Order: sequence, then structure tokens, then C-alpha cells
Amino acid sequence: MFKRSKLWLAAGLTALAAGTAQAKTDLTMYYPVAVGGPLTKIVDGMISDFEAKNPDIDVNAIYAGNYNDARIKALAALKSGKPAQLSVMFSIDLHELRDLDAIVPFEDVVESAEDKQWLKSFYPTLMQNGTADEKTWGIPFQRSTIVMYYNKDAFRDAGLNPEQPPQTWDQLVSMGQKLTQKDATGNVARWGAMIPSTGYPYWMFGALTKQNGEVLMNRAGNETYFDKPEVIEALSFWKDLGQKHQVMPQGTIEWGTLRQNFLEQKTAIMWHSTGNLTTVKKNAKFDFGVAMLPAQKELGSPTGGGNFYIFKDSSAEERQAALKLIRHMTAPEQAAQWSINTGYMGISPAAYDTKALQDYVVQFPPAAVARDQLEHATAELSTHQAGRVRKLLDDAIQAALTGQKTPADALQGAQKQAKRILARY
Amino acid sequence: MKKLNTLYAWLLLLPALVLLVSFTHAPTILTVWDSFFFAGRAGQPARFAGTENYLLMLEDEVFWQVMANNAWYLIGTVPTSIAIALMMALWVNSKLSGRSLLRLAYFTPTILPMIAVANIWLFFYSPEIGLFNKILDAVGADPVNWLGDPDWALPSLMLITVWKEAGFFMIFYLAALQTINPELNQAATLEGSSRWNSFRRITFPLLLPTTLFVMVNAVLNAFKLVDHLFILTKGGPNNATNLLLYYIYENAFSFFDTHYAATLTVVMLIMLMLLAAIQFGWLERRIHYR
Repeated sequence: MFKRSKLWLAAGLTALAAGTAQAKTDLTMYYPVAVGGPLTKIVDGMISDFEAKNPDIDVNAIYAGNYNDARIKALAALKSGKPAQLSVMFSIDLHELRDLDAIVPFEDVVESAEDKQWLKSFYPTLMQNGTADEKTWGIPFQRSTIVMYYNKDAFRDAGLNPEQPPQTWDQLVSMGQKLTQKDATGNVARWGAMIPSTGYPYWMFGALTKQNGEVLMNRAGNETYFDKPEVIEALSFWKDLGQKHQVMPQGTIEWGTLRQNFLEQKTAIMWHSTGNLTTVKKNAKFDFGVAMLPAQKELGSPTGGGNFYIFKDSSAEERQAALKLIRHMTAPEQAAQWSINTGYMGISPAAYDTKALQDYVVQFPPAAVARDQLEHATAELSTHQAGRVRKLLDDAIQAALTGQKTPADALQGAQKQAKRILARY
Repeated sequence: MKKLNTLYAWLLLLPALVLLVSFTHAPTILTVWDSFFFAGRAGQPARFAGTENYLLMLEDEVFWQVMANNAWYLIGTVPTSIAIALMMALWVNSKLSGRSLLRLAYFTPTILPMIAVANIWLFFYSPEIGLFNKILDAVGADPVNWLGDPDWALPSLMLITVWKEAGFFMIFYLAALQTINPELNQAATLEGSSRWNSFRRITFPLLLPTTLFVMVNAVLNAFKLVDHLFILTKGGPNNATNLLLYYIYENAFSFFDTHYAATLTVVMLIMLMLLAAIQFGWLERRIHYR
């Protein structure tokens, strides 16, 4: 008898526990890290902060590798019926995610006037890769531009003014030549500049193209401009940096080891994501500066990085909870702290108005370069069938840089194939 | 009674059979089936494509380059890793001090996960800060852009594969060597046979069953082992190191073109079956099993 009542008690307690668990909304989100450094810890910290403020929402944030891995894992989870309500994924996945019918526009999720206002609170340039058909599909989170890191000590060494980094392509060449140092045997001990050409070559190329006054694709993502004369010129310049002017190594330059090359002073200048800023700051044993990329016809860099998306396969409550989480993660104070901790930019003007980020920018001016460059920025290459189109351009760039094809041949070939792929969109 | 026995046998086989069918045979058939379709747009069902995917594949320049790369990769890694494995096994099988330590050292690369290894080798190969160019510099040779030069990139990957596999194959050779009756070699020595002659006439023929096993594995790995590509080159520069399995992955997961990926998978399956048939059919007849 006694035993039985105990059993009932246990059953009752279990039911009660299940009941409270049900009242909670569970969210699963995947997120990528593309630049190394202890970024997962920072994200986890922000999430537990959110959970403390919202006890009725449980967030399971899963680190999923680089941008490509994150997309694969999130989509695979959705396909296999595992729940995922939101994710941080590559901003340029937009068209493909829409083609797969996987995401919902934020206009369908926001309800209050305040939420609607919030949608407009971000830098418009950062929204370019997040909007299509006049709707918002991606909310900026870990966003970057490419900036130029340079070694001020090397500039002093070469008799250059360390406060005047190259501002034009010509200066990049002339200063690069002064900065390139050879040892007694004629081998290069320090290169003038390095622009990485593995990992995300099309991204770096977007910068060179914009600087030469052209873009790589239209906003609808169904046309590319790889064979325009300005684009071919841009690739010729990139190639010449290595083969003609010899301020950069020939062949491709590895994305993954570039930061280490810069930190070990094997190159005086590197082009890299702002997402590296805090790590470089922590590890550089020399005086370094950060500047906007140089200009040919104009200044320019593509934006980059990851946006928040909400998946279609989610209930109304889950979408509201997801919205709450995204609003938390992109709130000015959080965005400011995220920017200070990583180097990614504050995604809204309000983030740069917070005291924390204002103080940080005063004390460490390089933190503002990415923001200042935003007004010269353009969208990152994003099309339908993005993976395939991106690879066409990546292959063309690498073929030209390694001397397998001329820039014109390589880009015309890529354009022809891209046109065929995009014909049905 | 006999019927009962047959039933009994089938029942015993059933668990393994269920697993095999659901995870090996069914997916294989589905892959072949998938390769005859095109993907439908957003939510639409797939369209029948006939042999269209295969025709597209024949026109695909990257596909042909990937096949050529894989052929070189096969030729470059299989004989080398087998030869090195055999040499290492012969050496650590002889009587020398610190033998276990040496065996362990040779086996270490096998234990390490390929992704971790690739992350380390990425820095070895780095042109400016890497170990290999430091060595070249020390002997006065010109630096090489190992992974960034299309001529060097594939050989650089092969080197890692050989380094990784040789230790693993050594273990099999070592085990086989220890089963060879020492009296055979002693008798040969008494007859005045040279060491090379004894190896050629006695040891090597007795090792042939192991060699077949090792070779089948090495050939399979030449198609299967692409982990390091993800870290080191992603198939670049300009597909110079792209291998078939990696290209399948790219099509399936970067391009979301599962149907073309299925087409490529079918090609890979056919090739692996052909290679296995050649190895077993032709070589096995020449092998002496005790």
C-alpha cells in the first residue's frame, strides 16, 4: 500500500516536471566561426545571458564549424526532422535558402511597431545581402569587411611614414616594393603584401573589383559580371602584384596561415577580415595599424560574415522566441561587446553610440575602420546556386594567379558557365 | 530437419543482413536511382533525366581533371606506402635495441586523426613560416609554395597520405613476418643463399596474401581518404588537388546538387568494383596460401 502511494507520488512529480518543461520554449540554433580565436566561448556567454533574462526559453546553441559546415548541419538537421528554429549562416546563402524554401522573412514574424522599427535599425549596407524582393530574410550578426592590417615597424624600417599606409593601387605597389626585403641569398625574408587566395578568394576579389568601379553580380542574384573589362583588370592587377611587381608571393596564398605570417612579420601588409582584429591585437609583438583598403577608381570592400535566419519549419511561439533571442544578440550593448571581443563590426549605429564601444574606439582607433569603410562597401557575391557560381569564380582566380590561364581567359570561361547555370532563374 | 537447419541459418544471418541491406545495399540502389533524375525547384518533385546527368558529367571539365588527379594519387600513394611499410616491417622485425619504441614511432601517424594532422601539416607547408622551406633554405635551395603551386600541391598531399598509411600497413606486414617459420630462412642460409635471394624466394612470396590485403586497402584509401583536403587545399588551386570523393562532397553539400553527386558516386562505385575485381581475380591466382 505504502509502496503504491510512493509510486503515484513519483508519477505525479514526473508529470509536473514534464508540464513545466512544456511551458518552456526550446530553441536550437547553429552558428559558425570562420576566423579562429575563442569565439565559441563569447557566443555561449551571450546565450546564457539571454537564458538568465528569459527563463521561459531554453537555447541550445551548437557550434558547427565554418560557414559551409554550419549551413550543411542546419539543413541536414531540418531534413532529418530534428528541430532547428534559427541559425547564424553565411549572409550570402540567402538566395539558395530561399530556393530551398527553408526560411521565412522577418516581416512575417515581427508584430509590434517597435519590432518593425528594429528591422530598420541596422546599417543599410549590411542589409544588402539580407534583403530580397523587398523583404528582410537575414539580420546582421557577425559582420565584417576586409581591412588592411599593416606593420608600422616595417614601414619605419623601409623609411615610410607609418601613419600613411597605401591609399591607392599604385602606392600599394611602390610601398610594397620598398617593404619587400631580401636576405643575403636573394630569398625574400619579408613580403610587401599578401592577399589570401584560398578559402574565400571571390571575397577578396570583390574588393579589388569594387575598387576598380565594378560589382560582381546584380542584386537579384541571377546575373554575374565576371567578364567585364574592369573585372578582368582587377584580376590582372592581383596577378601582377605577384608576377610583375613581386611584392607578393606567386601562386596562391593560404587563408588559414596568413594571420600567422603577419604576426611573424613575414609580410608587412595583409588583407583580412576585421573578425581577426582582436586576435591580432592580442598577439602582435610589433606596432601595427589598420586602414581601409586602397582605391583605384574608388574605395571599396565587400561586406562579409553571417546573418541570423529563422527557419520556416517552426511554430508561432518558437518564431517569437527566436525573434526575442535575435533581438537580444543584436541589441546595441551586446553588439558593442561582441565587436570589442572579436573585431567584427557593431551592426547598428546605436552600437557605436554605446559608451563601451565609444570608449573602445577612442582607446583603439582601428576598431572604427570597418565601420568607416561601410559607406564604400558593397554586397558580397551572392547568387542562386551560390556554391557552384562561387567555385567557378574561385577556380578562375586561382587559375590566373598560378599562371595556368590569363585573367581574361579564366574570367570569360567562368562567366560563360555562370550564365548557363543562372539562365533558369 | 534440413529445412529447419536452413531456417536456423537464415535466422542467425538476419541481424547482419538487416543492417547490410538498410545501410549498404538500399542506399546504393537509391543512389543509382537518384542519378537518373534532376532536382526539382523549391518544393517541386524531381524530374526524370534519363542519362542526362551522365552526359553532363562527360562534358564536365572538372570531372575529367578530378579523375586524372585520382589516377595520379593512386599511382603515387599505393606502391610507395606499401614499399615503405614493407621496409619498415623488415627493419623493426630484426633484432635491434629499442625495437618496441621504433615500432610505436612508425605506428604513431596512424593513431592521429587526419584532420588534426592536416592542421599541423598546413603550417609545415606554409611557404614563409613552414618547416619544409626552412629545410630547403638551410641547404640553399629555392623556396617552394607547396600548396599554392598547382605542380606541387598534389604531390604534397600524397606525401601526407603515404606518411599516414605506411605505419598502418607495417603492422600487417609485421604480423605476417612473425608467422613465417625461421627454419626456412636458416635452411636457405645453410645452402649459401644471399639475404636478397632469401627475401625474394622465401619471405616475399609468403607475404603475398598480406600484400594483397594491404593493396586492396591502399587502393580503397586512394579514393576514400580525402579528410586532409578540407583543411589543406579544398581541392585548389584551381582543382589541382580535387579528388573524386571531395568533388562528390562539393556537389552534394556545397552545390546542393544531390543528383549530380549521385551520378559521380555511381562512377566511383563502378571503378572501385572493377579495381577490386582485378585485384582479387588476377592477383589471387598467383598467391600461395598455406
